[in-house]
Amino acid sequence: MEKALAAPPAIALRGVSISFRLAEGGAYDAVARSDLAVAPGEFVAIVGPTGCGKSTLLNVAAGLLAPSTGQADIFGVRLAGLNAKAGYLFQQDALMPWKTALDNVAVALEPRGVSRAAALARAREWLARVGLSAFVDRYPHMLSGGQRKRVALAQTLIRDPEILLMDEPFGPLDAQTRQIMGNLLLDLWSRDRKAVMFVTHDLEEAIALADRVVVMSAGPVATIVGDFPVGLGRPRDIAEIRTEPDFHAIHKAIWATLRGEVQRAYARGEGRTA
Amino acid sequence: MKRPTLLALQLAVGLVMLLVWHVLTTVPIGGRKLLDPFFFSTPLDVLARVWKDFYAGTIWRHLGITLLETVLAFVFGSVGGIVFGFVFARGELIAAVFDPYIKAANALPRVVLAPIFALWFGLGIWSKVALGFTLVFFIVFFNVYQGVREVSPTILANARMLGMNERQLLRHVYWPAALTWMFSSLHTAVGFALVGAVVGEYLGSAAGLGYKIHEAESVFDVTGVFAGMMILAVFVIVIDAVVTAIEKRLLVWRPGTQSTTTQG
Ligand SMILES: Nc1ncnc2c1ncn2[C@@H]1O[C@H](COP(=O)(O)OP(=O)(O)OP(=O)(O)O)[C@@H](O)[C@H]1O
Ligand SMILES: [Mg+2]
Repeated sequence: MEKALAAPPAIALRGVSISFRLAEGGAYDAVARSDLAVAPGEFVAIVGPTGCGKSTLLNVAAGLLAPSTGQADIFGVRLAGLNAKAGYLFQQDALMPWKTALDNVAVALEPRGVSRAAALARAREWLARVGLSAFVDRYPHMLSGGQRKRVALAQTLIRDPEILLMDEPFGPLDAQTRQIMGNLLLDLWSRDRKAVMFVTHDLEEAIALADRVVVMSAGPVATIVGDFPVGLGRPRDIAEIRTEPDFHAIHKAIWATLRGEVQRAYARGEGRTA
Repeated sequence: MKRPTLLALQLAVGLVMLLVWHVLTTVPIGGRKLLDPFFFSTPLDVLARVWKDFYAGTIWRHLGITLLETVLAFVFGSVGGIVFGFVFARGELIAAVFDPYIKAANALPRVVLAPIFALWFGLGIWSKVALGFTLVFFIVFFNVYQGVREVSPTILANARMLGMNERQLLRHVYWPAALTWMFSSLHTAVGFALVGAVVGEYLGSAAGLGYKIHEAESVFDVTGVFAGMMILAVFVIVIDAVVTAIEKRLLVWRPGTQSTTTQG
């Protein structure tokens, strides 16, 4: 926290509203007047009912979407255009299907001007780090969902971005794979603590991973309604930490806020829990 | 199904068709032949003529010319289609302005162009290449246009987040995406290049398979016509096999092109 006071936050969303113009006329006010700061080295998880605007908020931080009002500051500088300091792990599959796992990872270094040979060597290292040494020559369609997510993780991390934006990166995976991936992520993150904005619909996962859990309200005009510090020690093991009494206390506190929002989202005819 | 079994079945179908043709044209049924050999020739005559053409070596020149025209029409048509497909897909305004003209040009029956092309480019190979070009160009153009327009927005956003500039996006995202679409139409495009060549030859030339068929037709040499068609048919199958082989090599990344998939 002292660090956060000294240096400007890695990400600061200030009074961000987003409204989408609809094709049939009118507009949909997805997110309204939201403020969110992520300090350098801080791991922030965002939870909220489905369709509340979590991905939208990440897109603003990534510079892929310009907010209707407000602004995003990256390390104290107002963002205009793409956020070059951020790596983004998308909710959907984003690997290039025509490139092998190795090429998908290596190509991330091309914009940096890294020579092809050096890029390939580093891509191999990164694929080894995410446990995919045996799969370097596979095309995405020949990999499982979890393996694809790991390739995408390597592709994002090889550029060594100062900010990591992750949108339900473990969404489609089974419980065991989620744990493996979660521990892998914490292990990689602990080496050189990047600022992380991590969207998930799994509250337990959010608590297990993050320093802070931010709760968004149900849309439309969603905003941030809760901000909970997670005072659990590190390093953590995703599976073991869930049995700690502190974990349950935090879970209970956050759920009290989140449940109301999820129920409101249901009442509006939406689906999933958060 | 196993490959040899499939091949055997395919051959069997061909043989049965030849046999039926043979019986109907040579064996009298109920006192008369059902198909008059003057109009339908007979398989043995046709095969003998094919053999003769190859044995005498006269056919090679015609095959070579048709092949050359096909390849040229395909290459020019593809290059043109790719370039224009890219330009139109990336430039909203150009696409919108030219849209009715493209549609009109594509709707034009190409046969009416053949005499004009003969006038412009002479009776040599170039009028046939031009005819094939007009066919291939539009197929490739529409597919590349579609391919570039329909690149997954997520893949594009991801590539941009990786820091790619316009040139790198073109190379790593747009181009491969357009190629997939182009390859999905490759068989059709090659087929149309050949159609353009043969039709062009048929309507006016002094060489090529189309010319051979036309020449036989003008003297009511039905055997010659059938022999020409048979050679053309085999020619198409060979070209198609070559295209399939190229496609297999270039699209290894596509699901379904390889039999092994892994669940992990
Ligand atoms: N381009 C768009 N045009 C109109 N509405 C949009 C557009 N993109 C998103 N929305 C709406 O904005 C809201 C927020 O969408 P967003 O994708 O951010 O939700 P989310 O919180 O990420 O949901 P999930 O947890 O299901 O991924 C949704 O109600 C969605 O319908
Ligand atoms: Mg989302």
